Amino acid sequence: MMGVHAAITHEPIDTGAVLARVGGEEDGAAVLFVGVVRNHAEGRAVSGMRYDAYEEMAEGVLGEIAAEAAALVGNDRVAVIHRVGELAIGDVSVAVAVSSPHRAQAYEASRHVIEEIKRRVPIWKKERFVDGETRWVDGTVPPVPSTSERGR
Amino acid sequence: MPIAVRARFFAAYRDLLGASEVEVELPSGASVADLVARLRERGHPFSVLPEEPAVAVNRTYATLGETLGPGDEVAFIPPVAGG
Repeated sequence: MMGVHAAITHEPIDTGAVLARVGGEEDGAAVLFVGVVRNHAEGRAVSGMRYDAYEEMAEGVLGEIAAEAAALVGNDRVAVIHRVGELAIGDVSVAVAVSSPHRAQAYEASRHVIEEIKRRVPIWKKERFVDGETRWVDGTVPPVPSTSERGR
Repeated sequence: MPIAVRARFFAAYRDLLGASEVEVELPSGASVADLVARLRERGHPFSVLPEEPAVAVNRTYATLGETLGPGDEVAFIPPVAGG
């Protein structure tokens, strides 16, 4: 067992390798979520997507999310990897793998990871339409801590 | 003693400003909100920054009231869209 894994990559994602990071003899379920670049957005044809990240921070936030998922699933068999750079239609942008003795926990933890990525990891994507226009995808304002949580 | 902080811009903010980072000198005890105001006072294109942007200080999400120290890295975080 390799433990919780969270990373940002500039290379194509090998989903089989992500899945292989989880699982064990005690696990009856493994869930692999794969996010893929699709060919349309709001009725317009899309030719690709560019992902940008604040990498030094994004990897840390991904790690926090993976740790939360591990707490949900009750083990450390959680792996998540997010790709940045220029992606084409069909390319994998993110892969999340979780395994557990029973499926409910694995599904729940997998869902937590992808939803929290969309909510708070500093990653952005720019759609490239077939007509050549590009546009930053509308995002989510990330949650900021209340004043009492921080300070020097 | 004034302090110098590093402001970083990503995605749409970087495109709008045509810059990925700037160094800003602030009075000692300045907050993130003071940094935002100082940048917006520069006028175009910095005036496109929101008055209350989401920010991270030294790679952790922070409030506008957070006090800045010398060498702090303040990232302006547009709405995020990973996945």
